[in-house]
Amino acid sequence: MSRQAITGWLLLLPAAALLALFTHWPIVGTLWDSFHATPKGANPAPFVGLENYQVMVADEVFWKSLWNNLWFALGTIPVSIALALVMALWVNSAMRGRTWLRVAFFTPTVLPMIAVANIWLFFFTPQYGLLEKLTTALGFATHNWLGSESTALACVMIVAVWKEAGFFMIFYLAALQSIPPSLAEAAALEGAPRSWYLRRVVLPLLMPTTLFVLVNAVINSFRLVDHIVVMTRGGPNNATSLLLFHVYQVGFSFWDTGYAAALTVVLLAILLLAAAGQFFFLDRKVHYQ
Amino acid sequence: MLALETAAAWLLGILWILPLAYAVWTAFHPSEFSARFVLTAPLTLENFARAWEAAPFARYFANSFLLVTMVLAGQLVLCTLAAYAFARFDFPGKDIAFVLVLVQLMVMPDVLIVENYRTMSRIGLLDSIPAIGLPYVASAFGIFLLRQTFKTVPRELDEAARVEGAGPVAILMKVYVPLAKPVYLAYGLVSVSYHWNNFLWPLIVTNSVGSRPVTVGLQVFSSGDQGIDWSVITAATLMTSAPLLIAFLLFQRQFVQSFMRAGIR
Repeated sequence: MSRQAITGWLLLLPAAALLALFTHWPIVGTLWDSFHATPKGANPAPFVGLENYQVMVADEVFWKSLWNNLWFALGTIPVSIALALVMALWVNSAMRGRTWLRVAFFTPTVLPMIAVANIWLFFFTPQYGLLEKLTTALGFATHNWLGSESTALACVMIVAVWKEAGFFMIFYLAALQSIPPSLAEAAALEGAPRSWYLRRVVLPLLMPTTLFVLVNAVINSFRLVDHIVVMTRGGPNNATSLLLFHVYQVGFSFWDTGYAAALTVVLLAILLLAAAGQFFFLDRKVHYQ
Repeated sequence: MLALETAAAWLLGILWILPLAYAVWTAFHPSEFSARFVLTAPLTLENFARAWEAAPFARYFANSFLLVTMVLAGQLVLCTLAAYAFARFDFPGKDIAFVLVLVQLMVMPDVLIVENYRTMSRIGLLDSIPAIGLPYVASAFGIFLLRQTFKTVPRELDEAARVEGAGPVAILMKVYVPLAKPVYLAYGLVSVSYHWNNFLWPLIVTNSVGSRPVTVGLQVFSSGDQGIDWSVITAATLMTSAPLLIAFLLFQRQFVQSFMRAGIR
């Protein structure tokens, strides 16, 4: 091996070792463990074939969590992205108070999700919470927002949108600032209305950003369950259980690690799909440059 | 038309800041005013004092501070070295290695909790601060970001240093690192806010006061069943968010620019 190659590998080695230990090995381990029973004591776990997966197919909570997660993604992602785009357009314009607006939109991003969840938990609390005070003052009947199966997931989704929209705004803001001002000037000179300029020039130029944000939003919606732990613990009756939360419960409340591994495999498969999306996105981006 | 848009923007801005404003109101007023907005309500720091006394927050803050420092220090060293290798060296298996690094962008340690817990238990690190940080130290995001930056450094600078007899590490320190300063700042801010705010993995891997970061400490405190009132919990919530929140409000331009810089890949 040449000197160059040895130096290259030596430089890479420390990071590669940690990545292998905490990312690649666990991925392989997850797959391996999903075909084995949960080890008891010091004995090695026996091979059980597809048993964990059969348990999964019969597990109502798994299906509920999967559907919840899909609804959660479907409900939060388009709203967050649309809001992020609008926020970025406003903050990037010559609007009065745009510095203040940028602070307002971005602030939830720097707060810990758990703090955010606490604040909103109080907002949704029966009787004492602000929402209840508002609705009862307006003459509506009291309603336990986080305690009812029909509204709990929606409440959790609102929290996620509030936390994430400002974060996605940043990506749009970066993309908007890279659009040469001459394009807007040219459109204005031609007498094109602002709406036309936005729809026909800005939006197409933002397409790569939208795809990038989309992939990240999908990953986030399967990766982040802090708010579930704080606000509902998956309840009522698993109405807000998301996939990773179910993994957490099975793995660390019931200590059924074999089954938790099988559930994680599903999570990994979903992330792999998102990765495929990312790949297409990278492909697409090339065309725009 | 523009006036209407400005009004809409302001409305959304107010709506967006309202939950936080509400938390600030609750935390700084006696509990009987927690959802009653009377301008004459007396201001108080009582809630903060009670929260501070009710749980070992000083220790939690120290733990979080240690965690964030250790993770960032490790990330800066490891990611710099790896990024340098990818940007300026040719070695067999480089492309595959790079793809393997990128895997972590999709599958973050956040979802590998079951296996990583097992690993930590095997190497006897459970319930320690290194256990919280280690899975994140080799950060694919950091490697990618720095690699992109290092690639923009003109080769001539590199070669000039080599002619003067500098070795690879000396060149890295004298040429590449100084030129990447803004990227380091950006990455540092993103990393610090991520790890200060991280919750699920620290919750799983710690179970004593000596290793819990503030997020987990806050959860243990607020989910306790001793009937603490909301004003105190809200005060504790603001307290744990305060370092980042205050830093953001003071340096908001740098924050936003750093997040933007880290976002453009």
